Amino acid sequence: MNLTLKVWRQKNNADKGSFNNYTLTGISEDMSFLEMLDVLNEELSEKNEDPVHFDHDCREGICGMCSLYINGKPHGPQQTTTCQLHMRSFKDGDTIVIEPWRASAFPVVKDLVVDRGAFDRIIQAGGYVSVNTGGVPDANEIPIPKRIADEAFDAATCIGCGACVAACKNASAMLFTSAKISQLAMLPQGQVERKERAEQMVAQMDAEGFGACTNTGACSAECPKGISLTNIARMNREYFSAVASSENV
Amino acid sequence: MILDSKIPAGSLAEKWTKHKFNMKLVNPANKRKYEVIVVGTGLAGASAAASLAELGYNVKAFCFQDSPRRAHSIAAQGGINAAKNYQNDGDSVFRLFYDTIKGGDYRSREANVYRLAEVSVSIIDQCVAQGVPFAREYGGLLANRSFGGAQVSRTFYARGQTGQQLLLGAYSALSRQVANGKVKLYPRTEMMDLVTVEGKARGIVTRNLITGAIESHSAHAVLLCTGGYGNVFFLSTNAMGSNVTAAWRAHKKGAFFANPCYTQIHPTCIPVSGDHQSKLTLMSESLRNDGRVWVPKTIELAQKLRKREILPRDIKDEDRDYYLERRYPSFGNLVPRDVASRNAKYVCDEGRGVNETGEAVFLDFRDAISRDGEDLISAKYGNLFDMYQQITGENPYQTPMKIYPAVHYTMGGLWVDYHLMTSVPGLYALGEANFSDHGANRLGASALMQGLADGYFVIPYTIGNYLAGMPYDKLPVDHEAFRSAEKAVKDKIQKLLGIKGKKTIDDFHKRLGKIMWEYCGMARNAEGLQKAIGLIQELKKEFWKDVKVLGDNEELNLSLEKAHRVADFIELGELMVRDALHRNESCGGHFRDEYQTEEGEALRDDENFAYVAAWEHKGNDVPEELNKEILEFENVKLTQRSYK
Ligand SMILES: Cc1cc2nc3c(=O)[nH]c(=O)nc-3n(C[C@H](O)[C@H](O)[C@H](O)COP(=O)(O)OP(=O)(O)OC[C@H]3O[C@@H](n4cnc5c(N)ncnc54)[C@H](O)[C@@H]3O)c2cc1C
Ligand code: SF4
Ligand code: FES
Repeated sequence: MNLTLKVWRQKNNADKGSFNNYTLTGISEDMSFLEMLDVLNEELSEKNEDPVHFDHDCREGICGMCSLYINGKPHGPQQTTTCQLHMRSFKDGDTIVIEPWRASAFPVVKDLVVDRGAFDRIIQAGGYVSVNTGGVPDANEIPIPKRIADEAFDAATCIGCGACVAACKNASAMLFTSAKISQLAMLPQGQVERKERAEQMVAQMDAEGFGACTNTGACSAECPKGISLTNIARMNREYFSAVASSENV
Repeated sequence: MILDSKIPAGSLAEKWTKHKFNMKLVNPANKRKYEVIVVGTGLAGASAAASLAELGYNVKAFCFQDSPRRAHSIAAQGGINAAKNYQNDGDSVFRLFYDTIKGGDYRSREANVYRLAEVSVSIIDQCVAQGVPFAREYGGLLANRSFGGAQVSRTFYARGQTGQQLLLGAYSALSRQVANGKVKLYPRTEMMDLVTVEGKARGIVTRNLITGAIESHSAHAVLLCTGGYGNVFFLSTNAMGSNVTAAWRAHKKGAFFANPCYTQIHPTCIPVSGDHQSKLTLMSESLRNDGRVWVPKTIELAQKLRKREILPRDIKDEDRDYYLERRYPSFGNLVPRDVASRNAKYVCDEGRGVNETGEAVFLDFRDAISRDGEDLISAKYGNLFDMYQQITGENPYQTPMKIYPAVHYTMGGLWVDYHLMTSVPGLYALGEANFSDHGANRLGASALMQGLADGYFVIPYTIGNYLAGMPYDKLPVDHEAFRSAEKAVKDKIQKLLGIKGKKTIDDFHKRLGKIMWEYCGMARNAEGLQKAIGLIQELKKEFWKDVKVLGDNEELNLSLEKAHRVADFIELGELMVRDALHRNESCGGHFRDEYQTEEGEALRDDENFAYVAAWEHKGNDVPEELNKEILEFENVKLTQRSYK
């Protein structure tokens, strides 16, 4: 198939950036979206033009490195990651608009590459159980009902891609943050630090400049891992009960 | 030179315990006077960095991705082994040890493998304590599945995302130490060289991938946890950025490279669909628990399938050849990976492949679905089935998957002794980057185990033994050794940017991959390997004359990053081929056409090749020198592997 691409080009963070148009011919529908961009980049390189920079690594939908806002949707038309999107989702003659994640907490590095370091800092604020290596109890000492383990697992599958932020008109990071808070709040191992965790992670999320949540649900609808909105509800409960009983108030 | 692996004396079961007692310790108050560099934040690197920081060492951790959580370990699907014997099915530390040695075709070190099996049980405890949501039974206890090469059920898993959950666990421990100020993180930073002074590792030189800044970092010890080099084949199941650069450059600074030719070709990957293919996707081996592998009995039926004149379901049971079940009745579809891969190649070479390219076999869930129901199969493998459908457009609940072997894992790597120290004092290698535990073939679910064993439970002990003898003073980064290493890196960058040739980097990478796959892939022979050496040498010359690297150093520059990696892959490729050529036997993932039994199985030569081949760099364009570590087997009897 033949395509027109409208791609955001921006030399670096200081640059203003603008769209560039490219045409591609002979794209196979078995290609992944990123393989289509590989073809573009090979063509650009042959013409001595700087290739389009985009983040990617595993190309299996699990590392969370790929991003791209495609035709107004994070990760494109399907509820999957950009690397798992295939060209059979498009048709001959389509124009595809490709932009980076847009959020002030995710500054653009170059072209379609953004800095998602804010997510790491949210986890550093409390997204862990404080156990050192060694000296822990036997793994089967605390049975965990399968239903709870499964639910914790569902929350734990977040890949940290940032699509939830990109999808949200307020650029809120509630879905990402709540997924980790929920996972650990549900498991017995996470109980001891439950309160501090919720307080500190939420505080960090605010400090990074992510917006407030107005419950539009766009995040979950676009999340490639289908992280559920119930996590946000659970985080709110955790947070308010933590704050209510906190000695820090 | 005969290498000293520093294996402690004593009986197998006591070695590690005694050794832990005998090693020197660093007093808790002095640990903070030492700085350790950890390159890589996958399972090996993240677990090591977190554990060392918990002990009190100051750690700097580096990765090339934008976050430590994205290391390639995240992509592991199937599971992690541990000799817990929770299933009461006869597992034990000794059995896991034995299976691993046998699975590795008797080319690994007994003492290391035993220690691996021994600490495996602690890994699961550690991960559960961190909040890793492993699969559980209704009673609330941990669930297990079985994996290739074993007859017990010892694999722990988290649906099809075990690597993700384990890595996020290690990443959380790492993040906690970042918050505590004990680990400083350097994402989007690539190690470009190792700095040694008087033969000891004293630091590294890095490139900031966003600004292009070349910087030096000094430390008392350096840990390379930089993963495997499967991308030398261009197409593999590894992540796009996986590379050999850190290990290769350390190799050029004196670290021996062991068994580079031992490559694992994974039997269950989605077949190549065209020239645009950028990577191959693994379908977890756990699928072989319930899926049955087959091709049609006749070439005629296979041809009809390829032309789409018939569908798989039109082929009657008596016309199907479940060739693994037929040839290996006791292990059936669960034979080790090398055996499964080679058999897929054979049936396709015979003309019985089932897709357009003739390079695919079926993995069929029909019988499992009718036995257990779609719900149960979906609970076990749902995300893998979805991924398959996403990529191929076919629904594996309704029609069998098509699979073909692909490069997956590299058993070779930097040579390390029992302490995980390379031949450069103060330089360690952990995880897939070292060669240590899997011999000539790795069993499924054992890489995650090894990475975490190395990082959580081995290095925290062994590093103290070295550091205890080191002065507290760090080398200043304006020391001549750093200055000259920085200059060499900058010169190399300028050289690459200055070539301004005509061919793209991918063009070279793809050509290298084709040479490696054809002559140093699933089956190798002397003639082909000889030919490959010439081809790679020509490719190398052409690369340095005609590669096109666009842009500048002082920016995010993906071409420049790739150019460095491909340049190193080309050099490594030649060493792999030389290693494969010198090893006149077949073992595990190294299969030489000339050395096979009458039944077509790998034929080892224990008398002449029961050693680790550790290659020493002698200078550019000079052949590498072979050093041997003789493998002694005191606890297992070397037998012809049989999975019949
Ligand atoms: C698709 C797939 C599925 C798998 N499934 C399983 C499984 O089910 N069970 C199992 O046991 N094993 C499995 N494996 C194997 C296993 O995942 C890997 O062997 C293991 O995770 C490697 O971990 P590691 O820590 O050694 O390296 P990696 O996780 O690869 O990490 C390498 C790290 O090094 C960094 N790095 C590399 N080079 C540089 C450099 N020059 N400068 C700075 N940083 C650098 C990277 O940024 C990264 O952080 C699978 C592998 C693949 C490809
Ligand atoms: S919640 Fe979903 S969209 Fe947000 S980071 Fe996690 S996986 Fe991505
Ligand atoms: S590249 Fe890893 S999720 Fe897309």
